[in-house]
Amino acid sequence: MTGVRVAGVGLTEFGESPERTGRELFGTAADRAFGDAGVPRDDVESLRYGNFMGELSERQGHQGPLMAETAGVRAPATRYESACASSAAALRSAVRDVRHGEEDVVLVGGAERMTNLGTAGATEALAIAADELWEVRAGMTFPGAYALMAQAYFAAYGGDREDLAAIAVKNHEHALDNELAQYQRSITVDDVLDAPPVAEPLGLYDSCPISDGASALVLVSEEYAAEHGVDAPVAVTGSGQGGDGMALQDREHLARTPAADEAAAAAYDDAGVGPDDVDFAEVHDCFTIAEALALESLDLYEVGEAIGAARRGETTRDGDLPVNLSGGLKAKGHPVGATGVSQVAEATQLLRGDHVNSDAVADAEVGVAHNAGGTVASCIVHILEVAA
Amino acid sequence: MTDNPTGARDAGYDDFLDAVETGEPYYLACPEGHGWLPPRTVCPDCGSADLSEESLPGAGEVETYTVAHVAAPSFADDAPYVTAITRFGPVRVTGLLRGVAPDDVERGLAVELAVGASETTGRRLLALDPR
Ligand SMILES: [Zn+2]
Repeated sequence: MTGVRVAGVGLTEFGESPERTGRELFGTAADRAFGDAGVPRDDVESLRYGNFMGELSERQGHQGPLMAETAGVRAPATRYESACASSAAALRSAVRDVRHGEEDVVLVGGAERMTNLGTAGATEALAIAADELWEVRAGMTFPGAYALMAQAYFAAYGGDREDLAAIAVKNHEHALDNELAQYQRSITVDDVLDAPPVAEPLGLYDSCPISDGASALVLVSEEYAAEHGVDAPVAVTGSGQGGDGMALQDREHLARTPAADEAAAAAYDDAGVGPDDVDFAEVHDCFTIAEALALESLDLYEVGEAIGAARRGETTRDGDLPVNLSGGLKAKGHPVGATGVSQVAEATQLLRGDHVNSDAVADAEVGVAHNAGGTVASCIVHILEVAA
Repeated sequence: MTDNPTGARDAGYDDFLDAVETGEPYYLACPEGHGWLPPRTVCPDCGSADLSEESLPGAGEVETYTVAHVAAPSFADDAPYVTAITRFGPVRVTGLLRGVAPDDVERGLAVELAVGASETTGRRLLALDPR
């Protein structure tokens, strides 16, 4: 087995750009990743690409070859779909193949175009990540699903809306200087508490926005990096995936995410590190409650403890364990198919020291990225480390 | 009769709603005692294909709920409405909770199954009424 290095990262700005097509967005992200990597496009052996709602938002299926063309890559190209974890699924497949010597250079990324659907259309499109028969037909929306989990969490372990609000406030603070983030403005706990309700107890500011955007990584084997003099100091050392019942009603837990427990345990084991080694995390905070669930599944907090972490200042940029220094999905934005790879891109930059918030984790050696699909019926976790 | 835009009848689901309408809802049980709503050919937990139809208890209770204010387009006229996950013996059921003001819903509320319709589309759905 060989090591896997991140040679280059590329992100578009996340936000509202309804006039830009998916192919334009991904072309930009890929171009930035190639520029960062200094690896020629000709050396790419495959494109692994994540996208969730292309059929609905752009009437475009079979996006793999299309995105290879837009990226200027003549190579086999496959789209991965795992709801909001689509591009992490693409990354995981690439990591495994590079490790096993199947390929030396892989372009990995994702894109999503959502704002052109409008709020109602995007809400409907996101809902198809839930069980059509037993959830969507009963009126369950995506925020509604997380609201059901939030209520269950409050009942099982305590916590309240102010705890959740602190998570949103923190992630907005982290995004202030992130020029690619959708929101670069502070909010207060009162802003969150006073915002219009979406699905109680979650309000507008507990929810990530609807976003357009794309992300890309150039992954190379250790051998390729050495042979071609590629500067790639960050390695993907762990990858894990977990699964659970599609519908919330069929899960063992309504206030926990066992698929993420499984993904995290596998990723730690794969990397040979533990939660105590983690210096920072990028987690899937599509709704504020999701960040607490993620931190508990990553074993960074005991079950029932993470709800208050932001409020206590532990996961802020000045805390012991900064979480979502990118701004998270909440403030950075959540173009669903682009999200998983964007988390790894941000983590790579944080570890390289060229992220706008790198000073918050100046000596960081280990970062973890947690990307969830649906209501965490799918979860993929990656561990990134500064290579020795 | 079909509510599915693809023109197909949703085996299991439509049958279940019919069974609720006739007052005889059922669930599928495996020999290990795991319970599920249809359609299932095997138990997702243990893989057993030996599933039997058992009567669903008439009374359930609310385990978790939310008041949805922002609805999908197919529920635009229904908002605000309450979505609840309820427990009926060995299975949980997600449904639209009717007949109780959103502010008065609480965990543990006793409910029974009913068949309702979206105010927006008129489409059949699984509803829950206070018992
Ligand atoms: Zn079973």
